[in-house]
Amino acid sequence: MLVIKNIDVFYGNVHAVKKVSLHVDQGEIVALIGGNGAGKTTLLSTVSGLIRARSGEVIFDGSQITRQKPEKIVSSGISQVPERRLVFKPLSVEDNLLLGSYHRYSFGKSKAIAGDIDDIYAMFPVLGQRKDQPAGTLSGGEQQMLAIGRALMAKPRLLLLDEPSMGLAPAVSQMIFRHIGKLRDELGVTVLLVEQNARSALKISDRGYVLETGRVIVQGTSQELAQNNDVQRAYLGRDASD
Amino acid sequence: MDLGSFLQYLISGLTIGSTYGLTALGFTIIFNATRVINFAQGEFVMMGGMLSVFFLSAMGAGLFPAIVLAVTCTTLAGVVMERLVIRPVQGANVINIILITIGVSIFIRGLVMLFLGKDTFALPPFMGTESLNFFGATIIPQSLWILTITMFVLVGLRIFFNKTIFGKAMLACSFEQKAAHLVGISVDRMVMLSFAISALVGSIGGVILAPITMTSYDVGILLGLKGFAACILGGLGNPFGAAAGGLIIGVLEALGAGYISSAFKDAFAFIILLAILFVKPSGIFGKAEIERV
Repeated sequence: MLVIKNIDVFYGNVHAVKKVSLHVDQGEIVALIGGNGAGKTTLLSTVSGLIRARSGEVIFDGSQITRQKPEKIVSSGISQVPERRLVFKPLSVEDNLLLGSYHRYSFGKSKAIAGDIDDIYAMFPVLGQRKDQPAGTLSGGEQQMLAIGRALMAKPRLLLLDEPSMGLAPAVSQMIFRHIGKLRDELGVTVLLVEQNARSALKISDRGYVLETGRVIVQGTSQELAQNNDVQRAYLGRDASD
Repeated sequence: MDLGSFLQYLISGLTIGSTYGLTALGFTIIFNATRVINFAQGEFVMMGGMLSVFFLSAMGAGLFPAIVLAVTCTTLAGVVMERLVIRPVQGANVINIILITIGVSIFIRGLVMLFLGKDTFALPPFMGTESLNFFGATIIPQSLWILTITMFVLVGLRIFFNKTIFGKAMLACSFEQKAAHLVGISVDRMVMLSFAISALVGSIGGVILAPITMTSYDVGILLGLKGFAACILGGLGNPFGAAAGGLIIGVLEALGAGYISSAFKDAFAFIILLAILFVKPSGIFGKAEIERV
């Protein structure tokens, strides 16, 4: 479904992503793990069209989306839940969700979109209870649900999630991970999940890639990765000699 | 202090304050979308009045069509400005872009002077010349037009920003640009729209005021600066604070001119601006963002 081939991305003079290739198949949850500055967010930004790759290609459903504008990429079916959630804080919860449907909005469709918003409320009832509140007044976990809901309002086939557990209490982040599993199982959305919380990410994903200083250093099924000594030592907080 | 003259000052203050408020709104809309203070905003106000005069006298159009043409042309000028001088320097330092807008304002002023001359012109009042007496104060019909039209513009903008998806999308760009891109909002297009709306609102402010204060190629400088003062007074970035700031400055200016000295009329706006910057730089309606982390 998504194929990234030999991509190179620079931030000014910093070579943030170096010849990375990866793929995500329809119906998979793929985890991308790695520490700070490994290039995970840069990679997602490149797929979403926020940053331009210097070389390499991004192919989605067989067509080139490399260097297309973000709005074009959203309408082709890729939606991103950004790092730190980035909800529109002064706007109401409902308006945040409505804006999620911006690329497909038209006056004729407003009924259908209102129905889609209700579906989001059914998935995250707390958002329905707070629909008129400014998004900035929600708790971190609620903002994460809102950010996911907003991304789903675009009706994506592929969802890119950037650090959904960042800054959340363990119980809350477990709940968010359960929801991510459900997105695939119940809505059929394919997921590319970027996480520092490698343990939880590998638990819900099918396959994974480990990124370090801009390169893929290990890849495999999530089970293999969870048992890989290097991965255990570096990302799962377990010493292999135990 | 008699009621009649107080009311008179109040009404003339609200009348001129409406234009300051509309000018300030123009500043706010562009600032919110781009973080840039567009110092050509005053020229949009000037163009509203001057182009109306031009279409009315030189082209022989009726008053109403002349006004519509003038407002349309100014709106287009806003779009052209964004496309030609703002978009090419996208991503540049905000200060540099602000300097560019000052350049644009000089350019527009020069162009209007070249083609329409340095004379002062008056636009006829929209309708009615019979003044009303209101508790000893005289209200000319144009004042009522100004207040009514300003109200309509405010209500219109309120509906645009609170009820339409384009208005919300424009706000979204100002709050969280990355997320706006990610939901598929074309930020470029929203910036262009913000210039169009600012030029539209500014030119309306210029048109409604022209029958009262007369207009010439250089009225934009002072109107722009006073609109800017109104913007700071109301809290930069807050549209309704900007409109209120305009009305407050208009009224204080009229009261100051009436009770203190009319020689200092133009100074009051800037005295207020300085006072606000010293005492409460976030403006009287500027408030801390509600946020939970």
